[in-house]
Amino acid sequence: MSQPVTITRGTSAARMAGVAALIIVLALVAAPYWAGRADMRLLGEIYLYLALATLWNLLAGYAGLVSVGQQAFVGFGGYMLFALTIFGGLHPLLAIAGAGVLGALISVPVAGLIFRLRGAYFAIGTWVMAEVFRLSFAQVSALGGGSGTSLPTDIVRSMADGRSAREALSYWLALGAALAVMAAVYFLLRSRRGLALTAIRDNELAASSLGIDIWRTKFCVYVVTSGLTAVIGALLFLQKLRISPDAAFSVNDWTAFVIFIVVIGGIGTLEGPIIGTIVFFLLRETLADLGTVYLMILGLVAIVIMLRAPKGIWGFLAERYGLELFPLSYRVRHSKTDKKRPGG
Amino acid sequence: MPDPILALHGLDAFYGDFQALYGVDMTVEEGEILAIIGANGAGKTTLLRSISGLIRNAPEQILYRGEAIGAGRPDVIATAGIAMVPEGRQLFPSLSVEENLMIGGRTGRAGPWNLSSIYKLFPILDERRHQASTSLSGGQQQMVAIGRALMSNPDIILFDEISLGLAPVIIKDIYAALPNIVGAGMTALIVEQDISKALSVSARVYCLQEGRVSLEGRSQQVSREEISRAYFGAS
Amino acid sequence: MEWVNAVVQGTLLGGLYALFAAGLSLIFGVMRLVNIAHGDLIVLSAYLGLTTTVALGVHPLLALVLVLPVMALFGYVLQRVLLNQTLGQDILPPLLVTFGLSVIIQNALLETYTADPQKMDAGALETASVSVGPLALGVLPLLTFGIAIVVIAGLQFIFYRTALGRAFRATSDNQEVAQLMGLNKAHIFGLAMALALAVTAIAGVLLGIRTSFDPSIGGARLIFGFEAVIIGGLGNLWGTLIGGILLGVSQTVGAAISPGFQLLAGHITFLVILALRPNGLFPRISG
Repeated sequence: MSQPVTITRGTSAARMAGVAALIIVLALVAAPYWAGRADMRLLGEIYLYLALATLWNLLAGYAGLVSVGQQAFVGFGGYMLFALTIFGGLHPLLAIAGAGVLGALISVPVAGLIFRLRGAYFAIGTWVMAEVFRLSFAQVSALGGGSGTSLPTDIVRSMADGRSAREALSYWLALGAALAVMAAVYFLLRSRRGLALTAIRDNELAASSLGIDIWRTKFCVYVVTSGLTAVIGALLFLQKLRISPDAAFSVNDWTAFVIFIVVIGGIGTLEGPIIGTIVFFLLRETLADLGTVYLMILGLVAIVIMLRAPKGIWGFLAERYGLELFPLSYRVRHSKTDKKRPGG
Repeated sequence: MPDPILALHGLDAFYGDFQALYGVDMTVEEGEILAIIGANGAGKTTLLRSISGLIRNAPEQILYRGEAIGAGRPDVIATAGIAMVPEGRQLFPSLSVEENLMIGGRTGRAGPWNLSSIYKLFPILDERRHQASTSLSGGQQQMVAIGRALMSNPDIILFDEISLGLAPVIIKDIYAALPNIVGAGMTALIVEQDISKALSVSARVYCLQEGRVSLEGRSQQVSREEISRAYFGAS
Repeated sequence: MEWVNAVVQGTLLGGLYALFAAGLSLIFGVMRLVNIAHGDLIVLSAYLGLTTTVALGVHPLLALVLVLPVMALFGYVLQRVLLNQTLGQDILPPLLVTFGLSVIIQNALLETYTADPQKMDAGALETASVSVGPLALGVLPLLTFGIAIVVIAGLQFIFYRTALGRAFRATSDNQEVAQLMGLNKAHIFGLAMALALAVTAIAGVLLGIRTSFDPSIGGARLIFGFEAVIIGGLGNLWGTLIGGILLGVSQTVGAAISPGFQLLAGHITFLVILALRPNGLFPRISG
């Protein structure tokens, strides 16, 4: 026991991945200068799905709050973008930030109610909330009621001069949001609160006996996630320029797909949503013509992964090769043997 | 010597990565009462859980009437004739006293035990038959737990710490009833903290220490010194 | 009078919601499973009823003779093959697997029957009504309400008066000890799901006679059933009837205030109950 020991978080794989990620990010930032219009739109959508998946993963994979109602905050954010720009006269960028703040605020009473439901019933409770949001916004005739409304052209024009400049801005916003969300979740998980979260995930009973306030920790995660989800919602509908209750609060678009992404990539890992998003869009671009069959295949793949490899593609790879791109767990390293242990 | 009704051959048992039993060998003759003693964490409960199928083991490590049941499902093993009185009684709270007993009789095995013979053994249960099992005293709950196991007319009955948490006078009553219970040719394994009680009702005794058999002998012949050595390790 | 009518119609509608809820309540009670695909299974039953009536030319209620055992068998197989594998300490696998199942059923229905709304033809039953004072009560809603009472009474009887019910309760109390009593957990759970889907079959066929349906409406049926369960109190079968009635009345009274307010009023009632009585009105077990 007297051999020298060092405790580290980083691994060489993580450092190499860091360099590679930096190069990729720089290339993506420059996309408006090399990519076509359609590719940029697709990339923008990919970033926003990545952000949604990362946020849902934080909720379900780390905080144990399995929500099937995150479309509530996607739609809420989208509607706030429209409301704040149309009625509040705010610049779209300010409106996006405002949507985030309002999303976090409204999630407080929402959490107060649905946190009374346990486990699986919590999940359906979130869905009820999303329905309440959808039905409520359908009642607001100033925002087009049930049929929805478009973002007025003068507001769209106020973003930037010229169509390509607007599209580039919208693209960078999506990329920035995805990076910001991933960074936020990463640093949250590395913080004290994140450690508490991991402790809760691993063993709720033991965590509470260590004096971790489980309710408060989960509450904070829920509020932060909801606010950020509302930001992503605002960005999604900034790209679409049109909103309606059914599109804004779609359980398929904003929850089912997001769940598939996280489950396929690897729930409870930071890398999972990235892998999942790539796989999801590869499948979508190649199989989407199959329509309903494509969705059935997705459902089937998710079921098989949940049963056979519950940590998803990333979990499978990580276990096999001891990989970790985002160093979260500590590694105890005996300097003689230099033995690496996966996970923590 | 007839074939043993139950034989353990090098039984290893695990909870996940943690190994709780190491190569335990044990033979139990038909109709025998066997005591298993040992300190907390020695592996006594693990042993009973392995036999009853709640822990899966290698098939050949547990033989019941010559058949490998080490990897068998608990309900199949119960139907084959091994019943357990679990530690802490563990009655079904949403079932009445009588329903608890009837659940025990679900295996449909023929034999002397049925509702009326259980009520004859424990008359107080007859009076309380329609009460919620949770409303009974600890001793009465233990009677239900024993009755529930007997209702399946098992060939082997496993008792896990039946005196735990009960008043001494109740323990005395229950041990007084034991000969009636196992008198009918039933084989019994008794896991017990109270060593003198265990030795007084059993023919043979095994002592476990840190997952291994540390002593085996006739209950009337083992000495205090041998037991305390087997309990706490050689010193 | 309009209000009395709304309350009466809502009460009868509550019978249908109780049928949505009873299956959910039953499987949660026995194995703590919440089936996200429950609503889609209701819709699947409606489509099976439709196909049976069209193919055999029989009355929708008679179609139940076929749909009910088919759904029960499907439930048993589904539980044994798929859902039993998901049960354990972790709540994620059952939730996500039933969620995937929901998507599969929904899209399989879309593929087979298209997105066009369908309806079952029940002939005179659809429009028949009886006058009670100034109120006209539809025979179909009355029948639905009566069936709901019979179904819940039947489930109650099975649960508390039969060997199967004892096995359900024992397994729910303590799975480990139940197995020590010779109960095969996988089989018991399969039977519970079979029973739940038998109730679902009844609910689906009654739904399909009452209104038009399409593959996308399962989610809302799950939510109605879930709300009825929570309002009534977990683990209480008669409570689901009360919950269903409260939900139904809220919706019809809400619709009487303003048509757009119908569903919202139901959800608001649910949320108010959740705020005031988080365990529902008559809870039997804690969630």
